[in-house]
Amino acid sequence: MNYRFNRYSPFAFCVAACLLLCGCDSSKQAGPTASDGAAVGEVASNGDVAPGGEAGPVSELAGKIAVEGSSTVAPITNQAKERFNEHYPDVEISVSGDGTSNGFASFVKKQTDISDASRPIKQKELDQAQANSVTFVEVPVAYDGLTIAVNPKNDFVKSLTVDQLAKIFRAGDEAKTWKDVNPEWPEEKISIFSPGTGSGTYDYFSEVVLGKDGTLRSDNQINLNEDDNILVRGVAGDPFAIGYFGYSYYERNMDDLRAVPIVNPAGNEVSPTKATIESGEYAPFSRPLFIYLNTESLDKAEVETFVDFYMENIREVVTAANYVPLPDEIYAKAVDNVANRVTGTHYLTEEGEKREGPLSEVYQPANLKK
Amino acid sequence: MRSSAVSKRNQAIVVALLIFCATISVATTLGIVTILFKESIGFFSRVNLSDFLLGTEWTIGRSKNPADYQYGIWPLISGTMRITFIAMLIAIPLGLITAVYLSEYAPRGVRAVLKPVLEILAGMPTVVLGYFAVVVITPTILEPIGFKPYNAMAAGIAVGILCLPLVSSLTEDALQAVPNSLREAAFGLGGTRFDSVVKIVVPAAMSGIVSAFLLAFARAIGETMIVALAAGAIPTFTIDPRGPSQTMTGFIVEVFQSEDVIPGTIAYYSIYAVAFTLFLLTFITTLFGQFIRRRYREAYE
Repeated sequence: MNYRFNRYSPFAFCVAACLLLCGCDSSKQAGPTASDGAAVGEVASNGDVAPGGEAGPVSELAGKIAVEGSSTVAPITNQAKERFNEHYPDVEISVSGDGTSNGFASFVKKQTDISDASRPIKQKELDQAQANSVTFVEVPVAYDGLTIAVNPKNDFVKSLTVDQLAKIFRAGDEAKTWKDVNPEWPEEKISIFSPGTGSGTYDYFSEVVLGKDGTLRSDNQINLNEDDNILVRGVAGDPFAIGYFGYSYYERNMDDLRAVPIVNPAGNEVSPTKATIESGEYAPFSRPLFIYLNTESLDKAEVETFVDFYMENIREVVTAANYVPLPDEIYAKAVDNVANRVTGTHYLTEEGEKREGPLSEVYQPANLKK
Repeated sequence: MRSSAVSKRNQAIVVALLIFCATISVATTLGIVTILFKESIGFFSRVNLSDFLLGTEWTIGRSKNPADYQYGIWPLISGTMRITFIAMLIAIPLGLITAVYLSEYAPRGVRAVLKPVLEILAGMPTVVLGYFAVVVITPTILEPIGFKPYNAMAAGIAVGILCLPLVSSLTEDALQAVPNSLREAAFGLGGTRFDSVVKIVVPAAMSGIVSAFLLAFARAIGETMIVALAAGAIPTFTIDPRGPSQTMTGFIVEVFQSEDVIPGTIAYYSIYAVAFTLFLLTFITTLFGQFIRRRYREAYE
């Protein structure tokens, strides 16, 4: 019995594998036919619909859309993608969240149609885009409150100032133990969990806490990882850990983490909540998130339809991803910019410096730089 | 006459095909080694060999500023060795004992169950084992006794589990190859089964057992997925298994994911330098294995 099994099992395996492959093949072939049928049956007007949440008609619009960039923005785009695919099942959207810088690097080489970004484009990246004659529309999609989190068992850190954060994170005079930050805190090694150097969150945090010239520590107390879930898991498992990531990762893991209230420039201790992020009270760690749209790609039907859908459902999508929606007038302006192909960034001055200020002031036609 | 010509021609075709197949693997190996070596030159032309070989800090890709990079390979070697050592502590004794049991003691029925189970374990995808280490081994066993959420121990245990079937099945083959006449001779001299195992069978199979160990060792050194998931991403130069560690393979994965892997940068070349070091380590292990096999080989007619 045993002998026979051994002897024939390779053949059986091959047969099974063939069957499996054939099965996949035929189902693949069957897929479009079935949805075509549904499309014919249900859609009266030809597919040009973008209804809200309900199970609406199915369109036969097909194509591929490549999205790459910030892992912080990826959940928003993924929400949009899931809803979009209910109506347009044949549009294949790949969303990769491997960091804003990585995303722009592909975007300026025309390898992607949309770039998710947790910070505005930089002059260097704009130069590369121009060199490859890539033009784009800049669209803000949501507010994020960068959350500084500790383990729930940590009861000594009541709040943190930006200076204290600098003490923990700056390369050079880095604090080894919590006691080095505040003499009343325990003499326990700090273990730090931070997004990797290719992440827009890393850049943003570094700039807010250390300014333009500071560098984050790189010694063996800091864990750098591009995967936010690894960061969450790290902080949740270590009573003396601290980490930072986008608000949505905190919101989804509230039971395992404690968000540290941050002392804002007005001197108040503020915890990140949707209300404090939207009002700007949670300073200096609330920031806008963007998507960048390649104008050439926008001329493709599938990309334009997706972007229109994205913007029509933006409040719902952003809320579902646990971020804070922007004011309506900003969304209206963004929709206009997409429709009229208003290209360029609002966040760079003519001299190539980064423009600072609240989104509502920066996102103005006067600030546009092609 | 004609049929002999045809068979000669067929023979020639078959031989040519065999040579071709053998050449592919040799050429691939040579190609990889050549590229590793060539690209490593890009690294060593920028970095002092002594910094690389003697430094105890490794921070490539961990800072925005390449000028801050430290190039000492030892944290990565220490990470690899820590995890490999833990894995061997688990895989070698367990694998050896399992093999002895299977080969010398187990009744047919037990064998029929145990062998397939070990084979299932051998076919376990490493990503599953890595995930198992992060979500089961660490929080339930290690965190309560003071280990960090990512640590060398969990990764080592998972790699040990991975290597266990390799050790046991190769060792069992070696034990089975010992002729029965030797066991019978041991019994004839009044030895117990235990005597025959300890004094006759295992020593007779020693060369096969040691090469099984060395194969498992090389497998553990090269293991990537488990360590990338479970061991953390800090290159630490220590023997403490409670904290995070980064192995050579883990570093290569991590740098590939980050933006610094632009050809021409030092981070890019460092991948090849680390890979070359890794290659040298496994190569030496293999050579050592060959030597042991020849030295302790006992041939029976």
